[in-house]
Amino acid sequence: MAYSDKVMDHYENPRNVGNFDKEDSHVGTGMVGAPACGDVMRLQIKVSDDGVIEDACFKTYGCGSAIASSSLVTEWVKGKTLEEASTIKNSDIAEELALPPVKIHCSVLAEDAIRSAINDLKSKKEKVKEEH
Amino acid sequence: MSHLPIYFDYSATTPVDPRVAEKMCRYLTMGDGLFGNPASRSHLYGWESEKAVDEARQHVADLIHADAKEIVWTSGATESDNLAIKGAAHFYHKQGRHIITSKTEHKAVLDSCRHLEREGFEVTYLDPEANGLISFEKLEAAMRPDTILVSIMHVNNEIGVIQDVAAIGELCRSRKILFHVDAAQSAGKIPIDVRAMKIDLLSLSAHKIYGPKGMGALFVQRKPRVRIEAQMHGGGHERGMRSGTLATHQIVGMGEAFRLAGLEMERDRIHAENLRQRLLDGIAGIEEVYINGDMARRVPTNLNISFNYVEGESLMLALSDLAVSSGSACTSASLEPSYVLRALGRSDELAHSSIRFSFGRFTTEADVDRAVELIAGKVEKLRDLSPLWEMFKEGVDLSTVQWAAH
Repeated sequence: MAYSDKVMDHYENPRNVGNFDKEDSHVGTGMVGAPACGDVMRLQIKVSDDGVIEDACFKTYGCGSAIASSSLVTEWVKGKTLEEASTIKNSDIAEELALPPVKIHCSVLAEDAIRSAINDLKSKKEKVKEEH
Repeated sequence: MSHLPIYFDYSATTPVDPRVAEKMCRYLTMGDGLFGNPASRSHLYGWESEKAVDEARQHVADLIHADAKEIVWTSGATESDNLAIKGAAHFYHKQGRHIITSKTEHKAVLDSCRHLEREGFEVTYLDPEANGLISFEKLEAAMRPDTILVSIMHVNNEIGVIQDVAAIGELCRSRKILFHVDAAQSAGKIPIDVRAMKIDLLSLSAHKIYGPKGMGALFVQRKPRVRIEAQMHGGGHERGMRSGTLATHQIVGMGEAFRLAGLEMERDRIHAENLRQRLLDGIAGIEEVYINGDMARRVPTNLNISFNYVEGESLMLALSDLAVSSGSACTSASLEPSYVLRALGRSDELAHSSIRFSFGRFTTEADVDRAVELIAGKVEKLRDLSPLWEMFKEGVDLSTVQWAAH
């Protein structure tokens, strides 16, 4: 199938590949998807005390669109507050990358990854509060 | 296009051998007057093309040790499978309504069986063993007094494993059950002897062995006589089993391809074995590589490999300089990986990570060397991107991870 130039760009030069320390209280990790479905995305965000995403990284097992969606998302969330980041919609991702209908699930997964990373961070904070 | 990707998809189709194409062309144009309808009995044009059709029929029959009278021309192996399975079922339904096949058959066989189920036939779909082969014990256990047909492919299209059709044929003949073999992937690659193998019906394709697309044949045994009900009705061509004007140039192409395959089978085999070994040696240094399907009982033209923790479609994208196919069906709406690999009991991850390399007469060592170089680099790059690879390297057992389903 033919991929858009933007997908190919992210696929060939993925942005922000890597990992942060999962245990760091400023890091939120979201892992979504399953090997059985052919894609697994792990998105990590590093958030300042005032709730701004300072850095993001990802690793993805999946097709070209899945890799591109997660790479794009790491660029988009940087500099955003958690609240702003949580408003990113799968349709925005799909539109930016010109994903064909059969690949929409990749953008859905990327949106889920953001949510999951934010939730992970919030539950960490809750836990810290409880402990204090 | 500036340069073509290197072709590694001979199991999907082969280029027509130039010697075949040249011969076919002579039967298309006015030229030597060879374009006629072989059914025309009243003039030279008809006689000449009938002669060409007869010669081609003999070449096809020779390759499988059959009689020319037992060859029925069709549009390809899919039609042959349909004609054999539905044709036999419809003719013999009064003797029984049970059919046995396997889960790794081609869709042309599986869908024909599904169709018969809707008509009231019962079908047993055998699970292959982990190496892709059918167990005789399981086959024998599935046989019933009302079983009329067993359909098992000779060589699997995805994993290239060779079934022991002679042993299956023996078993079927002893139970007086008809035996159909889809030989689309084996003809011309390994010897076929329909008598020794006790095969009653055999499907053949031209375009898998350097002949034209849109051309195939069905072997229908005459002694003892096997009957099938026609699926295509009309002018009563092919002794009533398949009507339609014979496509002389296509038939000539298939005949020539089969003649050449008979002459060059040994050379093609050695060539393919060398290439496959070269590919295997080339990737031997890559970790977590799994070969799908039995390595010993396998045609030399096929190598189906899973690169664990790398998704097949993204690997294909990375290997866009190579024309290969993947068991990952990420492009299809179902998201289901290869049903063949799943039937072997391969995990979903491995099924999603599979790539089929198939090579043939025109593949060169330089092609394989280029492929090895690309594979090594791209697999490493994609594994650096893969969270599963990272977890594997950290010693995480992926089967114990609770995945968020979607």
